[in-house]
Amino acid sequence: MSLSATDVSRIARLARLHMDESEIAAVQGQLNGIFGLIEAMQAVDTTGVAPMSHPQDVSLRLRDDVVSESDRRAAYQAVAPSVENGLYLVPKVIE
Amino acid sequence: MNYTLKQLSDALAAGQMSSRELTRDYLARIDALNPQLNAFITVDHDGALAAADAADAARAAGQACALTGVPFAHKDVFVTEGLLTTCGSKMLGNFVGPYDAHVVSQCRQAGLVMLGKTNMDEFAMGSSNENSAFGAVKNPWDVKAIPGGSSGGSAAAVAAGLVPAATGTDTGGSIRQPASHCGITGIKPTYGTVSRYGMVAYASSLDQGGPMARTAEDCALLLNVMAGFDARDSTCLDRAKEDYTRSLNHPVAGLTIGLPKEFFAAGLSADVARVIDAAVAQFKALGAKIVEVSLPKTELSIPAYYVIAPAEASSNLSRYDGARYGHRAAQYKDLTDMYERSRAEGFGAEVKRRILVGTYVLSHGYYDAYYIQAQKIRRLIAEDFQAAFQQCDFILGPVAPTAAFNLGEKSDDPVQMYLSDIYTLAVNLAGLPGMSLPAGFADNGRPVGVQLIGNYFSEAAMLGAAHQFQLATDWHARTPAL
Repeated sequence: MSLSATDVSRIARLARLHMDESEIAAVQGQLNGIFGLIEAMQAVDTTGVAPMSHPQDVSLRLRDDVVSESDRRAAYQAVAPSVENGLYLVPKVIE
Repeated sequence: MNYTLKQLSDALAAGQMSSRELTRDYLARIDALNPQLNAFITVDHDGALAAADAADAARAAGQACALTGVPFAHKDVFVTEGLLTTCGSKMLGNFVGPYDAHVVSQCRQAGLVMLGKTNMDEFAMGSSNENSAFGAVKNPWDVKAIPGGSSGGSAAAVAAGLVPAATGTDTGGSIRQPASHCGITGIKPTYGTVSRYGMVAYASSLDQGGPMARTAEDCALLLNVMAGFDARDSTCLDRAKEDYTRSLNHPVAGLTIGLPKEFFAAGLSADVARVIDAAVAQFKALGAKIVEVSLPKTELSIPAYYVIAPAEASSNLSRYDGARYGHRAAQYKDLTDMYERSRAEGFGAEVKRRILVGTYVLSHGYYDAYYIQAQKIRRLIAEDFQAAFQQCDFILGPVAPTAAFNLGEKSDDPVQMYLSDIYTLAVNLAGLPGMSLPAGFADNGRPVGVQLIGNYFSEAAMLGAAHQFQLATDWHARTPAL
């Protein structure tokens, strides 16, 4: 497997990372090196093996449906780049 | 300033010094030495002295715990209310924590005095600390050398005596490898032991916090404060609180230590092998039985890790959108352009690489071939360990193939950097506890640690074996000339 510049550009777009052509060219070789390392995995027979996501195979806990958080909007919005009247400001989305 | 937590705890309890005096002395040492080491991103002079005064008042009122008044530092991955929390990234360069991480509040409640936040590889992604947006940390033993990563600031700070202990996190070796390279002791507990609430997420199924200090005994004392169930971390294990110091005086005699033959194969440098062999001989002299074991999937831990961790990272780091917190680009055309430029400007090269790898392996048509296959291999790796633990109590081996390499030596070659994680990654994939303890020096004079790996929840016994090793050796007491 080898990623083309077009592939890298598409992945960067999916990841919401702005990259110009020179950056794509620089990262393309590195990504292909990393995938060269990863390919070793494909030779392993894992038929019948269950994927492992938690070492103790615990399932996520459910909690009672009760309010557990207090209103800390002001504290959280204090670190926001741009807010007004308690709302996060972003560029216009709907014309 | 090369005291242990235990010594400082005893001195404070005996009234030989106040926390304020101690805190002032450590802050002065940080002010003197941090400019050359770059181990701290933030030093909180005022907050530390206020916490020290509160600790002295608590002690005067008879309300002191074991570590009340003892100075320490947090890795800058832990969110601290009212104090800058950068995670080593320009993305969070202006992020003042709006709340405390669980570990942070636990340490506050115990009366520990936080002196500041230590430098780290950006979002904990790295093995050399060169990926910090705030500049690389220097190894106190040799400022030309990397301190290891990603908890390199914590490791360097402890090694240089800037703090007696610090917190760290370990996703693929980020406590053990810098501990080894800086000649200190550090333990990554069983996954789920220390709450991840408020610990900036990298790879959530692998991330685990733990203590870094001079000795195993100190690690046990700090782990007592850090560990414990917290419902706010959905993967935290609901277990009874335990005392990690309870087995410190248990003898090594009667323990069986397994040496995985794959950890001693090609790739291990001769001087590290010499140090590990000497550590094995020491454990044998203490009465341990030594057996050979096998972890046949060791080499596969690299590809499995470098699929799972980037996949989870690409998902976790999607939260940095320039809208709610973190860096926002100054110029953009529309919402998508704001996301793309804010993320391009805020993240460094290694973080971008891992986001790209993760995005690709999770994308349509590749998910089963990469992420699911890696998770299946992860189970095979965990089963290898269980087979090995049928024959031994602990596994012993190197932490890294070489002692600390030079700054800049591998920074342009991610694959070479990843390969140096060979002995630590499998422990995270299996979710096991592992630790590094000082065991000697490489031919170039840089420290070398030995790794112990235990079965799930064996931290207390493992710290006990390490403590017995440290009673018989003085590698942990060696300090760099600064």
